[in-house]
Amino acid sequence: MTTDPNSNGKVPADAAASQVAPPPRALPGSGDTQRHVLVALVLDKPGVLNRVSSLMRARNFNIDSLAVSRTDQPDVSRMTITLHGDGVAVEQAAKQLYRLIDVLKVQDVTSEPTIQHELALIKIRATDSTRDQILKVVELSKGRVVDLSPEAIVVEVTGSEGEVDTFLALVRTYGIKELVRTGAVVMSRGSASIEEALKR
Amino acid sequence: MTIAKGDAQAPPASEPKTRRSHVPNEGSANAAAIEAARKGMLHEARELHRTRIGADVLCEALLRQGVDVFFSYPGGVILPLYDVLGDYPELRHVLVRHEQGGAHAADGYARVTGRVGVCMGTSGPGATNLVTGIGTALLDSVPMVAITGNVPSALIGKDAFQEIDINGITLPMTKHNYLVRDADELPRVIAEAFHIARSGRPGPVHIDITKDALQQETRAEHPSEADIVAGLPGFRPNTEPHGRQLKLATQELANARRPMILAGHGVLHAGAWDELRAFAEQTSIPVAWTLLGIGAIPEDHPLAYGYMGMHGWKHVNRAIQSADLLFAIGMRFDDRVTGNVRTYAPYARIVHVDIDPAEIGKNVAVEVPIVADAKRVLEALIRMVPATGLEERREYLDQLAEWRRESEGSSWHGSGAWRDGLLSADYVVSRIGELTDHAASYIADVGQNQMWLARYAGFREPNSHVSSGGLGTMGFSVPAAMGAALGRPDREAWAITGDGGFQMTFQELMTLVQDRIPVKIALFDNKKLGMIRQWQEIIYAGNYHSAHLLGPDYLKLAEAFGIPATKASTPNEVDDAIRFAQGVDGPALVWFEIAEEQNVFPMMPAGKGLSDLIEKWGGADE
Repeated sequence: MTTDPNSNGKVPADAAASQVAPPPRALPGSGDTQRHVLVALVLDKPGVLNRVSSLMRARNFNIDSLAVSRTDQPDVSRMTITLHGDGVAVEQAAKQLYRLIDVLKVQDVTSEPTIQHELALIKIRATDSTRDQILKVVELSKGRVVDLSPEAIVVEVTGSEGEVDTFLALVRTYGIKELVRTGAVVMSRGSASIEEALKR
Repeated sequence: MTIAKGDAQAPPASEPKTRRSHVPNEGSANAAAIEAARKGMLHEARELHRTRIGADVLCEALLRQGVDVFFSYPGGVILPLYDVLGDYPELRHVLVRHEQGGAHAADGYARVTGRVGVCMGTSGPGATNLVTGIGTALLDSVPMVAITGNVPSALIGKDAFQEIDINGITLPMTKHNYLVRDADELPRVIAEAFHIARSGRPGPVHIDITKDALQQETRAEHPSEADIVAGLPGFRPNTEPHGRQLKLATQELANARRPMILAGHGVLHAGAWDELRAFAEQTSIPVAWTLLGIGAIPEDHPLAYGYMGMHGWKHVNRAIQSADLLFAIGMRFDDRVTGNVRTYAPYARIVHVDIDPAEIGKNVAVEVPIVADAKRVLEALIRMVPATGLEERREYLDQLAEWRRESEGSSWHGSGAWRDGLLSADYVVSRIGELTDHAASYIADVGQNQMWLARYAGFREPNSHVSSGGLGTMGFSVPAAMGAALGRPDREAWAITGDGGFQMTFQELMTLVQDRIPVKIALFDNKKLGMIRQWQEIIYAGNYHSAHLLGPDYLKLAEAFGIPATKASTPNEVDDAIRFAQGVDGPALVWFEIAEEQNVFPMMPAGKGLSDLIEKWGGADE
């Protein structure tokens, strides 16, 4: 960052009031990035997922995860979008989402108390010598064995992204044959409801 | 009795065909005719002795929306529409020569009228040809409804003849888009499309209709406007300004010593030119404008300061760089306006008014955002802000006036006498402005001609300047002028184009002739891609690859199309040439052979700041 008054050509000479060169203008979206969670309620219409993902791509927002599901309202779907960016950039993403005709409500729940869970299915390589150890780790991690076969164990784990990451780190040494994660789904704590706020 | 489509049985001889063929030369239908059409547009009232099909619903819906003209090109899957068009003679159909021309014409129509422009095409290539025009409308927030036919719904996804996923193509470049496979949905979809296109921040909406939906028999009724709004819970543009934000704005205005109003396209969209003028006069704040904000205030108004940005006036950019408050209304701090954002208006606090919340804080951080309709904001502020006399700003305004004299008096300012008596483009533009009493519609192409027009024509009226600002679509001028001429038949329509852009879309000359659309074309021929040449001269060390452009003999070309034409190569031929075109009843072309190496100055190189203007280059006396 430069504060040289001459860095900007001829401005100071023209400026009647200020003799001190101002600092350069901040570029929107250039601040420190962090993980944000957006919850979007959208009309359940054909192509709405395409609209959302196309917009995020076109506007240069990089989605970490995206989970879509029905809600208790028949024509409304819910999207949970996690992405990285500074506050201004994520606010811009939310505002761009609002421009979509099918988007009803967008909320950045990053700073709110929330429950954030995802579900992962992990197919772990298992042999007679490792099976018991794996089952122990699964038990201690509150995972659930959903399929057992001579050479593999399929485990279901739910929890925050961090909890799932921790479990994966623990079993990676045995060999992960296959992994699927749903991406985070999020709900605010307490009685407040984004769905009720929508009642129209 | 009704006869179904495709019924082998011929109509009884006692019921002669009531269909009228469409007469193209009758001009735009007037309001009374549209009103009459509204009343009598229902199928029964028209006594059409045949089944009402989707294509009828489309025509009825267009009439309900007040459409009097649309631009289209037929093709296989949209023929069901052409089969019924003869029953709706109030709907003027202009047969363009290329769908892109149709889209630009709808765009030009929308920009001069403030109403929704309509264009159509068939599936596949017809649809993809519309895309450039739809993108142009999106970037400039122009209300447009683009309609395409698509293959029968049973064939969708089968790579049928002339099938393309046009819905997927237009999805990221429209405000909203639809695929309709059922005629019963047409009334709602078309009404929604028009509502979305014109409400809030305007923009293009695309409707793709399958052939079977156009042919399907239907009794679906047209919804009311209230039903439409209720059916779009996710579309509630905010038009009323927030009281607290207005109050903050008044404080900023009260504290400012060197304020500047930056007026953009939003002022024109909102129809807020009177309010803008009143607000400027009440506060004695000078007004600068963006390319698309031209006409928001008459340029001969004492507080009209000038055109800003990359090729804007030096005095305007200088004033912005030293301002302590920018009151930006209906503009979006495009990179052609700000240059390098880091060094943009370094002393200024910013009040930003825009109807689209996503524009706030997108390109520059602002101190006071106001999300609302420009007209509502100005009306409210006029009530809230105390009057400030010109005298109270005397020192500031005197300084601005001095900068302006300096800037306009500089040698690079077009004086009309360029090197060696060659024809200077800015002189031609200023003469067109004068001889049309600044009261025509002026439609720019893209490049040097666009900047010369923006700088030198002297605009007095709102919605009199049409220019592809955002997308920068070469080839825009002539087709957009078709729409502008039909939308505002009370004004002359002058297409200002270069030889590059003209050669992109001059097939529409034949449309001008066939439909007798009186567009006057000012062709600025420097035998170059002028702006390319200018950039190559200044930024690419004179490496003029592909800047030289061969062109035809434009007099012979015009003659072949049947368009009266003349040529001017020296300054003293200019007025006669313009008057010649004005005297022609119908389209006319004037071929201005301008100096080949004239540059548009000043110029802010891309990536540089508003203070880094290049004012001349080399030893040439520009």
